[in-house]
Amino acid sequence: MEKTWFWLVSVVVALYAVMDGYDFGAGALHLFVARTDRERREVLAAIGPYWDGNEVWLLAGGGVLFLGFPRVLAAGFSGFYLAMFMVIWALLLRGIAIEFRSHIREGLWRTFWDAVFAGASSLMPVLLGAALGNVVRGVPLDATGFFNIPLFTHWGVANPVGILDWYTLLTGALVLATLTGHGALFLAWKTSGPVHDRCRALAPALWVVVAVLALLATLATARVNPALYANLPRAPLAWAAVALFLAGLGAVFAGLAAGRSLLAFLGSGAFIVGLLAATAACVWPVMLRSTLDPAYSLDAFNASAGPYGLRAGLEWWLAGFPLALLYFGMLFRLHRGKVEAAEDGEGY
Amino acid sequence: MGGLLFWHRFQFGFTATFHYLFPQLTMGLALVIVVLKGLALWRGEERHAGAARFWIRIFGLTFGVGVVTGIPLEFQFGTNWARFSRDAGGVIGQTLAMEGMFAFFLESTFLGLLVWGERRLGPRLHALAALALFLGSWLSGYFIVATNAFMQHPVGYRVAGDGSLQLADFGAFVVNRWALVQYAHTMTGAVVTGAFVVAAVGAFWTLKGIHLEQARVYLRTGVLLGLLGSCAAAFPTGDQQGKVVARHQPVTLAAMEGRWRSGPYAEVNLIGQPDVERQRLDNPVPLPGILSFIAYGSFSSDVRGLDAFPRDQWPTELELLYYGFHIMVGLGTLFIALMALAALQLARGRLERSRPVLWCLMLAFPFPFIANSAGWMVAELGRQPWLVYGLLRTAGGTSNLVHPGQTVFTTLGFAGLYLVLGLLYLFLVAGEVANGPQGHGRA
Repeated sequence: MEKTWFWLVSVVVALYAVMDGYDFGAGALHLFVARTDRERREVLAAIGPYWDGNEVWLLAGGGVLFLGFPRVLAAGFSGFYLAMFMVIWALLLRGIAIEFRSHIREGLWRTFWDAVFAGASSLMPVLLGAALGNVVRGVPLDATGFFNIPLFTHWGVANPVGILDWYTLLTGALVLATLTGHGALFLAWKTSGPVHDRCRALAPALWVVVAVLALLATLATARVNPALYANLPRAPLAWAAVALFLAGLGAVFAGLAAGRSLLAFLGSGAFIVGLLAATAACVWPVMLRSTLDPAYSLDAFNASAGPYGLRAGLEWWLAGFPLALLYFGMLFRLHRGKVEAAEDGEGY
Repeated sequence: MGGLLFWHRFQFGFTATFHYLFPQLTMGLALVIVVLKGLALWRGEERHAGAARFWIRIFGLTFGVGVVTGIPLEFQFGTNWARFSRDAGGVIGQTLAMEGMFAFFLESTFLGLLVWGERRLGPRLHALAALALFLGSWLSGYFIVATNAFMQHPVGYRVAGDGSLQLADFGAFVVNRWALVQYAHTMTGAVVTGAFVVAAVGAFWTLKGIHLEQARVYLRTGVLLGLLGSCAAAFPTGDQQGKVVARHQPVTLAAMEGRWRSGPYAEVNLIGQPDVERQRLDNPVPLPGILSFIAYGSFSSDVRGLDAFPRDQWPTELELLYYGFHIMVGLGTLFIALMALAALQLARGRLERSRPVLWCLMLAFPFPFIANSAGWMVAELGRQPWLVYGLLRTAGGTSNLVHPGQTVFTTLGFAGLYLVLGLLYLFLVAGEVANGPQGHGRA
């Protein structure tokens, strides 16, 4: 049951990264790939029907973590205190930038919210990547099951660590590049005209950067947490995940070369899922690794909720999950094909 | 003042109170919109469809602010209340996760369709989108109230070997009697807010003599729903809420009324300032027997005072709790009076010419927000000194490795952000009201 919940959390986190990931990518890129108000509204029309729902995957992920592994949520959220508030504030600014922008048809008003949208959308991937880096590197969890670290200390990976160091910044950069590339492919798929052309022109370079950073991060991980790769021979799932992310990367470049935007976009989705799944398979069953003493680490067995609650939760979750997929299927079907900027007052 | 516990509590109290200004309006407006869309389908009249369109625009704006101010609260359980999350997450994580799965996905999917999709969907499907959003937002309310109800009156749990609370009976936890009563009371409060806001815009336009056809629809809908909601907030829902508090949190009831000594014919005081040090109420104006009646249904019932409970069980912010209760009940009574008067004038066909009543309706809209906030203060301060009633004290639930330097920083950050957010929201809503029912540049 604990293993099921571990993978459930991983699946929802991966869904969040893939789904809201293209919103962040589109936000981070839109100042460059969409120059006029009409082009920017085309970007907003592309993510408009989905972004709010995509964000719910984060809440759904937080929910299953809370329900399944309350100790991990409690330790992680209070331990990464300042970074969590940066996430909260970035999400807040991203949301109101999209919502408020369309309400007033005025150049300065819209320019301001465009900048807020771009800034918040760029910050989020860095924070998500740093979070991933922290999980891999480990944190100074003590016997009480808690820790608390500042934003940064000496930028090194040895205690006393901060949330940001050279390694977590590297993973932050990897995720920023990946989601930006993912967003470019989404926009290339959903738009036409100048926005489409600029995204297509930009994507190959972005994905070369992604590949280089992924390689660097893989090498760096071997230095920061050598034990991680020791799990590889015993984790067949990790091999499948690695295969998936390599195949995803291949599909991105193949799709770009052939001008098949959907294939490239699906490839970047597979790349993200593969990367996260490989990480999850290698860290299993540890969820928060203690750098003080392995005995203090929080894992799927010592941090989970009681078996009755896990079973009850799984029952309703299995009923709710298809419902959520149905909603998204409906939205994608309803808004299929290329988007056009909505008339003022008819959309974002 | 200045300790870690104070800042954790202050921050959550502030962000939760600010957040709830928005959902109470969207949950109320969701009902208004469903009613208007239903009327438009049934009568086939453009004025109802037009009214729905205007309120959907306000709904969309309010919903957006509600979402971005609600997300912080979900995080703050973990960031600021880590020991509470660790010890109670196995139970309350259920309802919070269900809210995401069953309410938020429904809402986020249909919000865009409701706000932008009228042309694409046609009248029937668009009305269905309104219904879906109504269901989603009211379901969301239930999951939050059920979570809170566990903290007020824990049921369906067991205490595990490590001291944490674990789910033991899913049905009992989700259908907590406290949750049902509190939900009914909370939702009638939200309907009051929505109805007063709708009536206020109607009154404003009528007084100015503009958009009269639309204003008439708003006035009718707002006054009728406002009267129903205001009455239901007092009876039966407020009455039932009083009875569950009397039964499960008797010390809270005593503190709400500044009742120091036990005895029969317990009074409700119209005014009076509680002096906790000397254990008395200054210049009280009592209505004897009313508290006995609220609590137990008979004027002569014995109601225990604070003297019946050890001091360490007393709510810690007794003064604020006392005023919260009196503000809620006082305003609630005035709401019934105002809406009854307006409904009377409406029935006589004279509301649009009764300028004093219209002035009152126009200026009354902030007060339901105050009454709802005061009501939540009663619930949350009344629960003190417990985080989970009788099981976990508030002081034992904080993140104790987070130091005040971090919490003060994030509290100030919220203060700044929410000030800007609140001003922008008011500015945009005022703009919509000024632009009138057609909106700016919209067909």
